[in-house]
Amino acid sequence: MTNFERRFLLHVPSSTENLALIRDFVANIGKQAGLPDSDLSMIELAVDEACANVIEHAYGSDGTKEVIVRAMLDAEAITIEVVDTGKGFDPNIVEQKELKRLVEERRSGGLGMRMMKLVMDEVQYNIKPGERNELRMVKRLKH
Amino acid sequence: MATSFSIRNSDAAGISVLALEGFLDAHTAPQFEEAIQKEVAAGRRNIAVDCAQLTYISSAGLGVFMSFIEEIRDAGGDIKICAVIPKVLQVFEILGFQSLFDIVADVPAAQAKFAAGPREG
Repeated sequence: MTNFERRFLLHVPSSTENLALIRDFVANIGKQAGLPDSDLSMIELAVDEACANVIEHAYGSDGTKEVIVRAMLDAEAITIEVVDTGKGFDPNIVEQKELKRLVEERRSGGLGMRMMKLVMDEVQYNIKPGERNELRMVKRLKH
Repeated sequence: MATSFSIRNSDAAGISVLALEGFLDAHTAPQFEEAIQKEVAAGRRNIAVDCAQLTYISSAGLGVFMSFIEEIRDAGGDIKICAVIPKVLQVFEILGFQSLFDIVADVPAAQAKFAAGPREG
């Protein structure tokens, strides 16, 4: 792989029907970079989780809003940024309860963030509610 | 481009089989939720979810399994997850679903599990 950074950008209306398009966007970038299928699946999943959270929580399923997905690829890693201008949240106070506890409480929330943290090497939030919320995720490439 | 997803219902010796096909994400999870809700409302509590044709799942799909399982088990039933392809199985396993659900090879294996009685643990 070449070692200069390549950048890709996608703007989509904030609707869950666009999740398939978003997954295809990152999967195609990963394929072009020659990532193994296992990494591709994890990146697709993490971006899906991130964007589903933005669409449903930050924007409250308001289809007039826009989700921005940026992908940066270099010889070391693929970095994905998901940007919104929705209501934001404090990632430090989102409870990460045990799966068994969630089931007992008949809740299914909080799984998306847990999934992202488990499948990506780095997950960082930069939240400015109502202004700009940015989620940055990194998957380091195996050589 | 919307996500492609469908559910086929059938009955296998008193067990409700929901065969999922396509992509189960935040867009399509409400369809799956509705399908399970219908089974529960009709008093059918032994449910096998056939995932042989399910090519993708995100946490929204996993959340549907989680939100119904306690109610169904309290009523004496269960949800058995069948014929999961490796890519989808990996997602179930990332969150530890194998410790909470019976994930079996196929629908007949689910029938055998139901016939063997309530799940332990």
